[in-house]
Amino acid sequence: MMAYIVRRTLYAIPILIGVNLLTFLLFFVVNSPDDMARMHLGAKRVTDEAIQQWKHERGYDKPLVWNSAARGAGVVTDTIFFDKSLRLFAFDFGQSDSGRNIGHDITQRMWPSLAIAIPVLLVGLLVNISFSLLLAFFRGTYLDLWGVVLCVAMMSISGLFYIIGGQVLLGKLLNLFPISGYDVGANAWKFLVLPVIIGVVSAIGAGSRWYRTLFLEEINKDFVRSARAKGLSEQRVLFGHVLRNALIPILTGVVVVLPSLFMGSLLLESFFGVPGLGSYTIDAINRQDFAIVRAMVFLGAALYILGLLLTDISYTIADPRVRLE
Amino acid sequence: MRSSVPEDGARRRSALPLAMADKLPESRTLIKIYLPRKKWVLWCLALLLAACGAPPWNSPYPAGESEPAIFFSSFSERPKFLDPARSYSSNEWAFISQVYEPPLQYHFLKRPYQLVPLTAAAMPVVRLFDSRGRRLPAGADPAQVASSEYRIRIKPHIRFQPHPAFVRSKDGGYRYWPLGAGGLEGRYTLDDFPERDTRELTAADYVYQIKRLAVPANHSPIAGLMAEHIQGFAGFAKKARAQQERDRAAGRLWTDLRKLDMTGVRALDRYTYRIRLKGVYPQFIYWLAMNFFAPMPWEAERFYAQPGMAERNITLNWYPVGTGPFMLTENNPNLRMVLSRNPNFHGEAYPSEGSDADRRAGLLDDAGKPMPFIEKAVYSLEKEAIPRWNKFLQGYYDNSGIASDSFDQAIQIGANGEANLTPEMRDKGILLDTAVETSIFYMGFNMRDPVVGGRSGDPADRARARRLRQAIAIAVDWEEYISIFNNGRGEAAQGPLPPGIFGARDGKAGINPVVYRWRDGRPRRRSIEDARQLMAEAGYADGIDPATGNALILYYDTALSGPGSKSMLQWYVNQFKKLGIQLVVRTTDYNRFQEKMLKGTAQIFSWGWNADYPDPENFLFPLYGPNGKVAHHGENAANFSNAEFDALFDRMKNMPSGEQRQQLIDRMVTILREESPWLFGYFPKGFSLHHAWYGNALPHLMANNTLKYKRIDGRLRTQKQKEWNRPVLWSVWVLLILLVVSAIPAIRDYRARERSRAR
Repeated sequence: MMAYIVRRTLYAIPILIGVNLLTFLLFFVVNSPDDMARMHLGAKRVTDEAIQQWKHERGYDKPLVWNSAARGAGVVTDTIFFDKSLRLFAFDFGQSDSGRNIGHDITQRMWPSLAIAIPVLLVGLLVNISFSLLLAFFRGTYLDLWGVVLCVAMMSISGLFYIIGGQVLLGKLLNLFPISGYDVGANAWKFLVLPVIIGVVSAIGAGSRWYRTLFLEEINKDFVRSARAKGLSEQRVLFGHVLRNALIPILTGVVVVLPSLFMGSLLLESFFGVPGLGSYTIDAINRQDFAIVRAMVFLGAALYILGLLLTDISYTIADPRVRLE
Repeated sequence: MRSSVPEDGARRRSALPLAMADKLPESRTLIKIYLPRKKWVLWCLALLLAACGAPPWNSPYPAGESEPAIFFSSFSERPKFLDPARSYSSNEWAFISQVYEPPLQYHFLKRPYQLVPLTAAAMPVVRLFDSRGRRLPAGADPAQVASSEYRIRIKPHIRFQPHPAFVRSKDGGYRYWPLGAGGLEGRYTLDDFPERDTRELTAADYVYQIKRLAVPANHSPIAGLMAEHIQGFAGFAKKARAQQERDRAAGRLWTDLRKLDMTGVRALDRYTYRIRLKGVYPQFIYWLAMNFFAPMPWEAERFYAQPGMAERNITLNWYPVGTGPFMLTENNPNLRMVLSRNPNFHGEAYPSEGSDADRRAGLLDDAGKPMPFIEKAVYSLEKEAIPRWNKFLQGYYDNSGIASDSFDQAIQIGANGEANLTPEMRDKGILLDTAVETSIFYMGFNMRDPVVGGRSGDPADRARARRLRQAIAIAVDWEEYISIFNNGRGEAAQGPLPPGIFGARDGKAGINPVVYRWRDGRPRRRSIEDARQLMAEAGYADGIDPATGNALILYYDTALSGPGSKSMLQWYVNQFKKLGIQLVVRTTDYNRFQEKMLKGTAQIFSWGWNADYPDPENFLFPLYGPNGKVAHHGENAANFSNAEFDALFDRMKNMPSGEQRQQLIDRMVTILREESPWLFGYFPKGFSLHHAWYGNALPHLMANNTLKYKRIDGRLRTQKQKEWNRPVLWSVWVLLILLVVSAIPAIRDYRARERSRAR
């Protein structure tokens, strides 16, 4: 397995270089260093000299990817792309264009993201699996039919509606939770309940339908029929056989998102005023802070690759027949 | 039985459950022992009392924060810069203006806006000198004035807020400078430097800050402007850059600006400094009321310049150091910003002078009382308008603006167009403040464009283009725009000067005769037939371009995009269609838009201008020829250039406000109306709401340091918050019952299945 992990890690390097290059090109197709300087320095009374100075201080006065004025390796190394990319591979994100330490900001802001994402994932899993098992149990009955109709209806509603509706209903009309906000320590829980409820409820439709399909696929297999023939109760069949054998596709969906839980939820964080990494990325895009955008895309890509690797490893745990070679 | 021989009533009441508990199983006995009947009552009472004191369930604040004089508000965008040399946005000044104190400020109540001393002992004395250094009388011809000197004396005994940069060690050195290797270990915020101290504010601190404005690495947005006016400013910038490079090469991160001389700025004694300007620049006095000219202790800059500080985000941009009534005690722009009362504040009394209207509004009730009135201001990050509005309605924010989505809920427009609060708002005791802002939103023509600006050097073609612009000025109905897209929050502009600014005329004398006629006591937009007549005179009868034989095509460049702006862009197209003109909308992102403006490739565009200070010069200079965007990268986005206008501007800008200046302004405005390089769009009207417990809430469009005047009635706020936010608990029970009821068919079905054998 170790050889497999090493090989996959090595595969990640060209992928990350590609992602980094793509981010770089896309960003600079839309923005020029002059645009970034103007955005950073403000709209009023900005002189050309100030723009040049800003670019010089941050190394944005070099050519983008090819320095024809340089000699030797300098044609590649004495460029913005090389300057800004190399350190990323050591996970040294450097400073944002406004001078703040990106690594420090990420470590500060990942906790609020996790504080929402982990309960949403865990509670969501529990609710979705329970509900879908229930639907599988009552398959073919009117309960199953109406359950699926409910799921389709729920997954057809925009996530924004859940957020605004939840805030208005539970926060404003029923006065049960703060509409938005965040706090640290012991006071954090009361700000987390509403976004977690909304995060879970908004995912019930799609999640339950997906799991129901998985369970129904398993439930018609021969080993389930054998289990029933042995006289096992329906609970034993569902929990002991169906659920266990449906774990691989469930794991595929769950483990792959585990590392990206750090990256936060853009909408939830924005509407609830949660200072997580989702809003960090959006703010950086709005401010044209390339250093942060590049760092967050790189981190997202690296975490996604890690997620896929973890998924593969988890297969071996869930199903002893799977071997990583 | 023990209960049969009570010694007194009290004992009997407590003994009875104990006696009964003897007969209960052990587990239940424990419960009974710990919760005898009397204690039940006590527990219930305690819980009730706790509930009475506790904040409502949906309160976003900790218990006990509602009643004290704490101001609660929100901010939607994190401030980028808190360094007074660099900060130039209203969302940043909302914070640092409470911390930093320039020498002057605006009077809170007087209108038109008037400057008064803040840390200055008196208004600065301006001395004029000729080229030989001889003093000239006040009001001398500006052409004779070689330099003008502002001498400012500050009040003694003003102290900075407590800050680690001032802490001295026993050996006379500084406690936190230099920190040395490992000195920053475990320190990630300013709170990790537990010792604090202060020192007295001196004139040298003001001088130091002006020098900081010149340092290129500080990127002060006004460095270019000040280099034009302050003597020795540009030379100092070069010296400072060279010295910084030498210091960096020597491994020093801080350049001591005290050792470098700026000829135009000097401390004369401990409390007096002077600023010498080239020629005259009367508007300079307004800059002295801005944060750019607030004092900066050199110790603070040196403290923050230590190795490792920037990497930990411990910088002047993050932790301001001032003498103002408040200090920034929590800076987490991703969550919350907290300003707390500065214990070293020098004290200031609430103004005693105001109008009768102010007196009637209760704005003079606090006259002469020491400020500030509040202990703390808590600003929470609220990016979205809907939660911000709902929390205001719940009483968790003391004030609020009105987003378009909430406008109809808050405001109803009366028969005469006046804005009133809806009954729902009035029932809550919410109050409305409105004020026409000192800014303008306009549609501009690129005067370098041959179609709308006319060919350069061809007077006949320039006249043709002028008629075309005038026709468009009549056709674009800004009153309709304000009504549709701004909920009526604006005033159609008759010229570039907003009401209340010197030079602006109201009534019949103030209308734009090119676009309006005065009828029935109010300006009426000229008819579309008049506009069509102008089009015909311009050679575009019925909007037909004779060169092509088809409708005249004009191009509108904008950074507006997305579904939200579609209706607005269509509205522009329809306005031009009234004249038979086909308007082609070219949407792009803001970067490309700015690039087009810089290169002069746009034809028609919309933009806005926010005043720095309440002087007509600040509204007319975006149309001054030497400020042309293409030629000079200035603020004149229309690239308008008119020799007479420019000459008048040169005279007007240096004059004191009076009849002579008014006449010049009248002529300049007439030129602008005739030439119509702008369609003078509208002056936005600010609508703000506040709760009844929020006092002295007079809007001030120039001053930003107004937090110290505000008053909070915490008791009323607490009472109202509880009244408005009672949790609706029955809903939870209903939900639970619904869940249980909905589970019944499933349980029945399950049992039936379990009992059945056949599958």
